[in-house]
Amino acid sequence: MDRPVHSEAGSAKGLSLLPAPPAHLPLVEGSKSSHGLVSLFSSWRRGGFQRGVHPAPHKGTLDQPIKRMPFSRKLVLPLAQHIGKPSVPLVAVGEEVARGQLIARCDGALSAPIHAPADGVIEAITPRPNTRGAWTDAIVLHVYEASTQEVRCNQPQDVDSMDHAQLIAAIQQIGMVGLGGAAFPSHAKLNVPADKQVHTLIVNGCECEPYLTCDYKLMREWPQELMAGIRIALRASGATRAIIGVEDNKLDAMAAIRPHLPADGSITLQAVATKYPQGAEKMLIKSLLGLDVPNGGLPSQLGLVVHNVGTLALLGRLLPQGQGLIERVVTLAGPGIKKPGDYWIPFGTTLRSILDWAGDPDCKEREVILGGPMMGSAASTLDIPVSKGTSGILVFDKRMLEPITKQSWACIHCSECVNACPMGLNPSQLGMLSAKLEFDEMAEHYHLGDCFECGCCSYVCPSHIPLVQQFRAAKAFLRERKPI
Amino acid sequence: MQLRASPHLHSGRDVPTIMRHVVYALLPICAFSIWQYGLSSLALIVTVTLSCLAAERISNKLSGTVNTLSDWSATITGVLLALTLPPAFPLWMGTVAGFSAVWLGKSLFGGLGHNAFNPALVGRAFVQAAFPTAITTWAPAFAPQRFTEFIPSTLTLPLMQPNDISAWVAANMVDGFTGATPLARWKFEHFVYPVQDMITGAASASTGETSALLLVLCGLYLIARKFMDWRIPVAVVGSALLLALAFRLFGGDEYPPVHLVLLSGGLMLGALFMATDMATSPVSPRAVWAYGAIIGVVTILIRYFGGLTEGVMYAILFGNALAPLLDKYLQPKVFGARR
Repeated sequence: MDRPVHSEAGSAKGLSLLPAPPAHLPLVEGSKSSHGLVSLFSSWRRGGFQRGVHPAPHKGTLDQPIKRMPFSRKLVLPLAQHIGKPSVPLVAVGEEVARGQLIARCDGALSAPIHAPADGVIEAITPRPNTRGAWTDAIVLHVYEASTQEVRCNQPQDVDSMDHAQLIAAIQQIGMVGLGGAAFPSHAKLNVPADKQVHTLIVNGCECEPYLTCDYKLMREWPQELMAGIRIALRASGATRAIIGVEDNKLDAMAAIRPHLPADGSITLQAVATKYPQGAEKMLIKSLLGLDVPNGGLPSQLGLVVHNVGTLALLGRLLPQGQGLIERVVTLAGPGIKKPGDYWIPFGTTLRSILDWAGDPDCKEREVILGGPMMGSAASTLDIPVSKGTSGILVFDKRMLEPITKQSWACIHCSECVNACPMGLNPSQLGMLSAKLEFDEMAEHYHLGDCFECGCCSYVCPSHIPLVQQFRAAKAFLRERKPI
Repeated sequence: MQLRASPHLHSGRDVPTIMRHVVYALLPICAFSIWQYGLSSLALIVTVTLSCLAAERISNKLSGTVNTLSDWSATITGVLLALTLPPAFPLWMGTVAGFSAVWLGKSLFGGLGHNAFNPALVGRAFVQAAFPTAITTWAPAFAPQRFTEFIPSTLTLPLMQPNDISAWVAANMVDGFTGATPLARWKFEHFVYPVQDMITGAASASTGETSALLLVLCGLYLIARKFMDWRIPVAVVGSALLLALAFRLFGGDEYPPVHLVLLSGGLMLGALFMATDMATSPVSPRAVWAYGAIIGVVTILIRYFGGLTEGVMYAILFGNALAPLLDKYLQPKVFGARR
């Protein structure tokens, strides 16, 4: 039994913010009949989001397909690769596991299980550095040399015959989380609470971070899987239509998707301006629908749910096969990488083994970044493994680090940060307040809480003031001071 | 392994780059004034700029901070200040202006970015109060001997009254030179200067404010390269234009024609290069509009109803004083804020 899509008991509260009831919302232009230019025009007409920045794209390996990397001998699988409760190990040290086998179950509703990414034997269950560099419990898997790419532990299932609860449970069982970086369990995001109603699924194909190309290549290579994933997500969330938003510098990804769009117009494709941070949920909603998510609010208040293209493509691929999420596409790029490109990398592969294989040994004083260069974090040690939220591994060399760290000046009130902040904040003023440790003033009168740390302010600051870095510290201070 | 917090990229633009381009944009204006006034103008620009750099370096030494000459901001102050002074201004007075601009206008507040008022205008206000006669003594443009000899007052000995230039003006036989600016001639004689004289630089004026057209072109360069907030000149000139138009329409011939208001005096130089000084203008777009409009309106009010013929300098200093307040009350609109 499917979830009713237009229940009479739909939340009046959720709908009151909408310009029109969901059924009467016009179909978005840029569907399969329209060309890129038309969609461009419509996105311009809708206004898009204001401000933002235009960093150089550095998307280097667009012509290459996604490749595979050899298995590393050892995989380190942190039990908490997602937001929520860590998973619980189901295997003991010394136990043999097969590629795809469930090795840790989820713990409660907001959690995701873990599957073995390769054939091998469990070497240890012990604290190891996770992606943030903190030591947390992890399963260490010794990979057999003869381990193959074949997945033996999957159970194909008929997705169409599942009811809503079964579908949500099935999505949780394959360990699917948001692959855009946040690693929020997908089933929890798709399981819309009974008092809310979602009418539109926004599929985020923007990938606005420089260097990263993993979503772009998945869109180009796996359009059918993406469509299957969108259909699953539509059913799971109860939405009636989906809009795929793609930045207009990825026209061939759009061309790959367009033939697979259904004729009924339930899934449409729309180009949005190439601008950072177009891939931020609120910015994309503004660009596609012209709607402002109220500050402090969530897209679900507007009846929207946003999913990343990579997540949905893998969902469409893995769910019908009943296969766990064991690997993902990761972009390797930057001056310190000898073999740049996009690779299927099994979870647990450490940065050390990746860089031994693909890195430039001559690159000294390097910085290894997990994710994109605008919002990704620098790795403190090469023992950090690739996990579900790792979209890219970038290696920057000394040349790229110097310009920012060399010298800084006092704020000259040039207003570049104000003209860059997509949230309409005043980073200049916030920066001066944070230098004086006036964190409460920042939160109360200058909307510190609305900052989502996109980094545009620090990117443009000609005085090289670490603005967003200070805001992060201020937010952490206010968070930790709060009584629990 | 290097560790840094994101973002790991930077636009590549830094403070010296911005300041250097402002200096580039001022160079054609300097060249034009040297062509008009010859050696005196060249000597004035060089002297004032060097005195600003010297003042900056001395205050670096005294306060034990790093050498800030490399950020080019003292150079801008010097060049801009020279461009606001009359071409025949004695060099020793120009040196006083340069030192007071940097010390009173900038170092006292803590250097670049901390100053409340535009340093060049602080320097000019200082010498306007100190040497009221010298700063309103105008020399003729395009004098035949301008490239071979100085205007006599330029080389006045330090701490001396400026040398009289009337004999030199007579000897150079500049026809129709009255020694008064278009604004002064309107104020005291109701004489309307021809437009072409105010474009080609024939009208009496400060060193750098003689050609409105050239000023606009140089400003457009900075706007095109995004080194200048276009809203400020648009707001200053726009509000001045509207108010002057209203006075002319409803007040009649008692008030000057609009072109005289726009092309004369320091309005263009002030709107494009003084009011746009980043450190002393607001950051929020709404505050910027208000700031520009206030400067335009106050300029007109001083010119029409004040004792001075020119009002741009005090109008901008007034706007500078209001900038932090405007920023506080006219914050940008936050995304998703409830209306």
